[in-house]
Amino acid sequence: MTRFALIGGIYSNWRALETALSDIARRNVDATFCLGDLGAFGPYPDRVFPLLQEAGVLCLQGNYDNSLAGGLADCQCGYTDPRDNYFARLSYDYTFRNTSPVHKAWLGTLPMSRRLDVNGTRLLLCHGSPRKINEFLWESTSPDAFLRYLLDGAGVDVLCVTHTGIKWHRDLGDGRHVINVGALGRPENDGAPRVWYTVLTIDGSSDVEFIPIDYDHEALAADMHAERLPGEFIETIRSGWWTTCLEVLPQKERARGRF
Amino acid sequence: MDTVTSAAVELRHLDNLWIQVSGTRCNIECRHCFNSSGPRETSFGLMTLDAVSQAIAAAAARAVREIYFTGGEPFLHPQLLEMVACALTVAPTTVLTNGMLISDRIADTLAALATEARYSLEVRVSLDGYTEEMNDAIRGRGVFQLALAGAVRLARRNLLPLITIVRTWEDADERAVLAAFARLLSDAGCDRPRLKILPALPLGRELTRVAGLQQDACVTTAMLEGFDRDLLMCSNSRLVTDRGVWVCPLLVDQPDARLGTTLEDAASLYELQHQTCVACWRYGAICGNVSARIEGPDIAAAPEAR
Repeated sequence: MTRFALIGGIYSNWRALETALSDIARRNVDATFCLGDLGAFGPYPDRVFPLLQEAGVLCLQGNYDNSLAGGLADCQCGYTDPRDNYFARLSYDYTFRNTSPVHKAWLGTLPMSRRLDVNGTRLLLCHGSPRKINEFLWESTSPDAFLRYLLDGAGVDVLCVTHTGIKWHRDLGDGRHVINVGALGRPENDGAPRVWYTVLTIDGSSDVEFIPIDYDHEALAADMHAERLPGEFIETIRSGWWTTCLEVLPQKERARGRF
Repeated sequence: MDTVTSAAVELRHLDNLWIQVSGTRCNIECRHCFNSSGPRETSFGLMTLDAVSQAIAAAAARAVREIYFTGGEPFLHPQLLEMVACALTVAPTTVLTNGMLISDRIADTLAALATEARYSLEVRVSLDGYTEEMNDAIRGRGVFQLALAGAVRLARRNLLPLITIVRTWEDADERAVLAAFARLLSDAGCDRPRLKILPALPLGRELTRVAGLQQDACVTTAMLEGFDRDLLMCSNSRLVTDRGVWVCPLLVDQPDARLGTTLEDAASLYELQHQTCVACWRYGAICGNVSARIEGPDIAAAPEAR
């Protein structure tokens, strides 16, 4: 039996990451993978790096990491709504300014995907999709046949992604699975401040378990306040409802939220 | 010099199936309409339920990612709701409408479909002004009130419409205009407005609406060097009509853009010969629901680990 912890979308939420890593340490996993987007949104971006490195987490690049490492002008989320862009810019500029050159360079050394073979079960881990680092795979806009096409194209049985910030799992039959592992950095627009990661167990078949992480979100809100991050971001951390970057949400995911 | 040769783009994967379900028949006659649809326009006709079902099945077999119903005005088709229900069993589905025909009964059915389906149903309602005067100058008298009422009926059922707006204002006015749209919608009862802004395209009636419209040359091979071709509709989309399959929804007036009679024979290379192709190249992914430029490093060749 092989067991992996899969985390993603850290968004500088060092407090949720710390709590999740303690939780993972108790679960006797074979490895922990982070599917990218270490920075964004949250406070003190440099704090997540030692936590990930000391825990031996194997990290991939997300679009945010790719932007920070390459000195790009924005986060490559591709918003066009002026309000979304305003907050995305604010978040990116803050994160860029507060991420040390050493950490930016390290982000640039990370692979964009990882392939694993666990006793014949072939896995691909990437940030957005096997096609694009910033392609959104939402549950409500990913048809079964399209997901099979992605698996076929990648030549794998199990595909693990993040990027959207909301977890989901599709069992396509015949041992084929697509898993969006969720995000530790931001609650998932459901009115609860907890965040999520995934434990994947491969033992002949693949078993997916989503793990909720309750952490000291009020302390994170205080950190964000101290760093003068926008009240809208702090509201999301405290309430669990997304307040910004709403443009990319499909109808089903958007309608479930408050804003 | 190949820099003056128009470029050719292949269909990488059929991400988007567009269905011109009502042809060019429309209950209104917008001054900027890119395919000159209108009440008397018959260059394309209504598709049959059979033809639409077959196109959906063929697209499903090709692992389509999204299905779009367009026209004309899709709600002029008496079997549209059946077709939408069929599409939703396969993929997320979008209807592009002027919103005027969305009655309470139709809104109820759409909301029920949206709730029951596994995939998202999006309804894109066109509005080109935040006042009756501004909108109706482009879309026709009486359109504003009916379109707004249709959008509100959807929003009240938690089927949040995407309000699609063609940019007909100056860049400097952008913020104020978008804020005015958001305010209008909130006040009317769409309290979570979703806006999609489209560029005005040098096509159809728009060519006569705006005198001296910029006439760009074709997309050249040099313009595609280092360019993410996924941003071009022709690399990921096809349009089915009652008269065959076209390369994209914007080129229905161009005979060379008709690629065949079925999706199977419309998977060929397309040469980007038209000004519209330049607009697609410039703005990227114009027709999709999210205007977002979904581009970035290609990860197909990423290094392997472990």
